[in-house]
Amino acid sequence: MFYREAGDFSTTYSEDNQTFPIKFDRYRYYLVLLVGAVVVPFLINDYWANSLLIPFLIYAIAAIGLNILTGYCGQVSLGTGGFMAVGAYTSYKLMTAFPGLDMISITLLSGVMTAMVGVAFGLPSLRIKGFYLAVATLAAQFFLVWMFNKVPWFFNYSASGQISAPERDFFYFINLPVTGPNAEAWAKYLFCFLFVFVLSWVARNLTRGSVGRQWMAIRDMDIAAEIIGVNPLKAKLTAFAVSSFYVGISGALLFTVYLGAVEVGEVYGITKSFLVLFMIIIGGLGSIFGSFAGAAFMVLLPVALKLLLVDTMGLDTALSTHFQFVIVGALIMFFLIVEPHGLARLWALAKEKLRLWPFPH
Amino acid sequence: MPDQLIFAMEVTANGLLNGVMYALVALGFVLIFKASGIFNYAQGVMALFAAMTLVGIQEGRVPFAHLINAIFGTHVHHFGFDPNAALFWPFAIVSFLAALVIPITALLTKRVSILGFLGLEAITGGLFLFVWLVPAAPAILLTVLIMIAFAYLVQRFVFKHLVGQEPIILFMATIGLAYFLEGVSDLMWGSEIRNLDVGLPQGVNDWIDVTTFEALGYGLFIDNLDIAAAIIAAILVMSLIAYSQYTKNGRAMRAVADDHQAALSVGISLNYVWILVWSLAGIVALVAGVMWGSKSGVQFSLSLIALKALPVLMLGGFTSIPGAIVGGLIIGVGEALFEFAIGPMIGGATENWFAYVLALVFLVFRPQGLFGEKIIERV
Repeated sequence: MFYREAGDFSTTYSEDNQTFPIKFDRYRYYLVLLVGAVVVPFLINDYWANSLLIPFLIYAIAAIGLNILTGYCGQVSLGTGGFMAVGAYTSYKLMTAFPGLDMISITLLSGVMTAMVGVAFGLPSLRIKGFYLAVATLAAQFFLVWMFNKVPWFFNYSASGQISAPERDFFYFINLPVTGPNAEAWAKYLFCFLFVFVLSWVARNLTRGSVGRQWMAIRDMDIAAEIIGVNPLKAKLTAFAVSSFYVGISGALLFTVYLGAVEVGEVYGITKSFLVLFMIIIGGLGSIFGSFAGAAFMVLLPVALKLLLVDTMGLDTALSTHFQFVIVGALIMFFLIVEPHGLARLWALAKEKLRLWPFPH
Repeated sequence: MPDQLIFAMEVTANGLLNGVMYALVALGFVLIFKASGIFNYAQGVMALFAAMTLVGIQEGRVPFAHLINAIFGTHVHHFGFDPNAALFWPFAIVSFLAALVIPITALLTKRVSILGFLGLEAITGGLFLFVWLVPAAPAILLTVLIMIAFAYLVQRFVFKHLVGQEPIILFMATIGLAYFLEGVSDLMWGSEIRNLDVGLPQGVNDWIDVTTFEALGYGLFIDNLDIAAAIIAAILVMSLIAYSQYTKNGRAMRAVADDHQAALSVGISLNYVWILVWSLAGIVALVAGVMWGSKSGVQFSLSLIALKALPVLMLGGFTSIPGAIVGGLIIGVGEALFEFAIGPMIGGATENWFAYVLALVFLVFRPQGLFGEKIIERV
């Protein structure tokens, strides 16, 4: 009734191969894009932007990045926080060294820098596998955070050791500030939305193309993949590069657009790595939609808990954070037991049910 | 002897003793990993939880006090009377004397019926007993029981349902478990730093200080607590090895570690062995938590210190108990010497990452660790 594919015939290969082959899905996708790009910027205010929408968009990029590495290529990484810090500090150095540079170039360059660092730390993945690698990525996490904390060149010798984002424009002919105190909420939102749209489009097409199939072959069994002709060096390093590119952009946006000022140990610590990992576990490993669902869930959960426990039941905030730990931990275990493919799989099941509704067969 | 060398010696000795602590946490990882193939990220939080529970029992804290107070508007915090409160001792002495005198006089004069005597005895004695002063030994015993209960719950509600999953899924489940347990620990006992004292010796060891001063002209500072930790760790490791070699349960554990299916087919209950192993890991976590807790207070950073057991494991190999110990010592000495020699040049605090980077570099050359079994992969 609500979800139909009847009468939906593909007559060409390109029609058959598109991301949303079912008309209903496609129109829903266009509708979401339209609302996100045209309607929301007019309705948005500071509260909605800062507490929900901008963090959701930024974490969605990080989740897609980690999902490429962990969900598609099977290499578990606990160094996401460290790589996000690389993005943030690159953008800071670029912003202060080249005041004329616009934000789009800065953010992209930060991604490129992070990709290079990611490849460097990904090199051991050719020898180390499974959770040996997971622990090895902890080296990246702790070393990078320590480095940004201790080497004064990275924070321009400021006394506090913090970095803060100056005001910069959207693009070189669009004089619209997206960072700094004068940036409007809708401008920040649109800036992040643009990145999310382009990056998820690229990710979706990468993962269903030949690169993505190589990644998945490596994930499913690397020796077998090597025997059928997948080059593990190329597959693993591209996964690290692409993943770090995404994570770096997300880290840069988190600093420049969302927070504005950052203390590296606090913002990009190991907890951030786990946050993003939880997003992809809850959302669904190996799914772009899952990255969005997981990011939305993990951004909404603290807000919802605060509404429920602090504002409604009158508990204090410390208790509510403790509850958050318990609930997140329990949910992680619950999802791994009941539905290892996460919210994305639940969504697919729901669609399957809706397709048949109201008839059960 | 030049001063630098003596300093280096002191740093090495302290590094070695720190390494013992790392090895202690790593041991818990190895136990679970060998028997069930689960890489238990929650080991550090288990140490935190065990130490918190021990402190809570010793001090008679009411579990979930904060939550209960917030919901019911009460002000509970401790069981029993506070020994520091005004009039505590006079009250305690009077009630104790009353408990002695009243029944005796009652019996002698036969004026009070036996029922009234019992009632009085109960009231006075009860008041006195209700002062919560748990010595270390029963508190530790109670904590061990709680860790065993925890092992059962974890096995029953989580890992029983994850049998046969990929190792990496199990690993992520233990990360979830770590978060869950941390939240529960905070809810139960609060998140403040607690002092833990189970009667272990503290302070600088005078004997070493004096002897080295006489021999070298400079007294080495070595903490008594570290020495005690090293001895306890040695005893723990030896008893664990003896347990796994010479007891029936230990043999079952080794059989399961060797081959799940074969162990099942000769009638070993996997479930039982796994609960056993998680309980043992819980006890090891308790020991580690007590050591670290006595050293620097029981607090959240305890679980981060435990994270450092991971590079220890990578050096030693995930499946080897001697490996965990040697790895712990290498990391302990390595990071202490690195911080001593190179740390001041590059800004200090290198012990945050040195262990991980060392393990990373090491693994590139020997992916299975020092003592790990050779990794054989088949399609």
